[in-house]
Amino acid sequence: MPLDLVVNVTIAGVLTGMVYGLMALGLSVIFGVVRVVNFAHGEMMTIAMYAAVALFTLWGVDPFLAAIPVGAAFFALGYLMQAGLINPFITRPEHSQFMLMVAVALIMVNGMLMAFGPDARNVQIGYQLESWELGKILFDKPRVYAAAMALATSGLLFLFFKATLVGKAIRACADNYLGARVVGLNVKHLYALTFGLGSACVAIAGCMMILLVDVTPNLGPSYTLLAFIIVIVGGLGSMTGALLGGVLIGLSEALAGLFIQPSAKSMFGFGLLILVLLFRPQGLMGKKS
Amino acid sequence: MNRRDFNKAAAAVGVASAFSPLNVRAQAQKLKVGVLLPRSGFQGLIGQSCQKGADLAPGVIRQMLGVDIELMNADTETNVDTARTRAERLIQEGANVLCGPFDSGAAAAIAQVAEQRGVPFIINIAAAPQITEQGYKFVFRNFPTAIDLTVNGLALIGDLFRVTNTVPRTAVFMHVNDTFGQAMNKGISATLPRLTNLPFRIVDTIAYDPAAKDLTVEVSKAKAANADFLLLVCRLNDAIILRREMVKQRWHPMGVVSPGSPGMYEEQFSKALGPIANYCISNAPWFNPKTNMTKVVKSAFAKANPKENFVFHGTNVVYTYESILIAADAFKRAKSTDPKALAEAIRQTNITDRTVLGGPLKFNAKGQVEGNLSACTQNLNGEPRVVLPESAAEAKPVFPAPDYKKA
Repeated sequence: MPLDLVVNVTIAGVLTGMVYGLMALGLSVIFGVVRVVNFAHGEMMTIAMYAAVALFTLWGVDPFLAAIPVGAAFFALGYLMQAGLINPFITRPEHSQFMLMVAVALIMVNGMLMAFGPDARNVQIGYQLESWELGKILFDKPRVYAAAMALATSGLLFLFFKATLVGKAIRACADNYLGARVVGLNVKHLYALTFGLGSACVAIAGCMMILLVDVTPNLGPSYTLLAFIIVIVGGLGSMTGALLGGVLIGLSEALAGLFIQPSAKSMFGFGLLILVLLFRPQGLMGKKS
Repeated sequence: MNRRDFNKAAAAVGVASAFSPLNVRAQAQKLKVGVLLPRSGFQGLIGQSCQKGADLAPGVIRQMLGVDIELMNADTETNVDTARTRAERLIQEGANVLCGPFDSGAAAAIAQVAEQRGVPFIINIAAAPQITEQGYKFVFRNFPTAIDLTVNGLALIGDLFRVTNTVPRTAVFMHVNDTFGQAMNKGISATLPRLTNLPFRIVDTIAYDPAAKDLTVEVSKAKAANADFLLLVCRLNDAIILRREMVKQRWHPMGVVSPGSPGMYEEQFSKALGPIANYCISNAPWFNPKTNMTKVVKSAFAKANPKENFVFHGTNVVYTYESILIAADAFKRAKSTDPKALAEAIRQTNITDRTVLGGPLKFNAKGQVEGNLSACTQNLNGEPRVVLPESAAEAKPVFPAPDYKKA
């Protein structure tokens, strides 16, 4: 097998994996702090993809620029969802939370079907079909841009949690819910902020993803599943784990497609998941509970 | 007879009538046709295109045959299990005949239901040969099998090389891995070695998921095969993704040629891809523009869809229309909605004024139409044009295709 083929496929897998990682980062942050699993995560990304398509179609806004207003809108949406809908479920059994989020996901999918129909949509920007060439190695421009944006967003999020007071307060809530309340932190507000941040992450990932794949209303569940695989492989609640998991899944799918059978490549993500569950149940970067 | 005896007799007659659906069916003035199509999901656009053929059928058929048809539409959602349950429900709700479903997997599932329930099922588009190889009594198909498609498609590829004076030596074969794609793969594997007039051999075969969101790896592998041209069995969405990926990876084979699959002649393909959709070639079952029936259907289509271009929907529309026409024609001759009588009448079908390329519409003992033909179409200036057979050609084929940057 030619080496340039292996290198090209590896590069594409890593770059796509970074966008996967950003998408899963949102899920991981929300679970790590709020302890609610967002089963509508993929659907939220799909809505963000439609928002990017709408902004591009109506005003020609590049999805990179669209990531800012869409991210902000999703921050507000996430905040409101947590404050108005999910907070009352925080202390309820997990199956109630599960049903709530599945119901939200179903409403989102059907809402998108009603609003946009079942057709696949995309954006056709000038650089979409362009690539940089280094000898026989190709760097797909949209994929490189999307990965760079994913890295930048992840970096900012890390910085926010490490360097700001609000970030530290959110981490305090994640570490010790009761302690956070005892010292007077407004836990519900911080939870809503966290859900907003997770939603903004997935919105930015959606704006990047529209550069790589076409969007249909039914795309959501497969991305929710993918995000789950990534965060379980990386470690639930671990931000670095989500990024690492994304890259690993992207890479394993690409290489499995190359060396074994392209039509069976998704199977290897699940294979990786089973191996992690067997030998390191807390995930690659997760802490033992 | 006293009053009590009379009441008993009247009750018996009432009960007998109520539980004798065949009698009721026999008196029906209207044929209820259950139309199953993938109007959503990844085949949604093609399903909607087929639906246009179904929608215009009742009006055209009422004028031509004087038969009243009630359509009962159901969306299979591009899902085999949904297709099966929707077929069950249509039969429960009183469908006399089922038509559809533009997919071999769904067709196989619906065929089982139709056979179990004894309701005629007329397939509009689905090519997997095994569907009409099961000895079913109620299943009929007015579409070429994958083997027929392959034979027709490969013969047209031979003609293409002859007309353009080209001799490609190698091809890389990519195909969707659904029921249809697998059937086409088998057909090509069985047929190609026997066709000594074709100058090329397949150097690599790559199967892929028709619902794939990303085909980077598949296209990378195909490019690495360094073949002269790409032989492609695709659907619509995957064809769009694949063509884009070819351009991104700067892979310019002599051409992209489908031996008999949808996808590249669809409107959405040209809309989504713009100029890079040009020069792709599809050898597909096609409408016959010269017949009276096609003119009638085309006119009805234009009236119902003034903004749509018939050429993008032609195959989907005419094959779906003909499936309903077959049912209506049989209903007229059988004068009954009794399923057995309808099935027997369908078996005796002989329609000569057709909308599709091919001979008279007759079913063989297996319920399969024979003699439906393909045309070689090439996307030129944003729409598919017939380039072969030469007798029906609207334009000359361009092969090898120019670099997309110069196209």
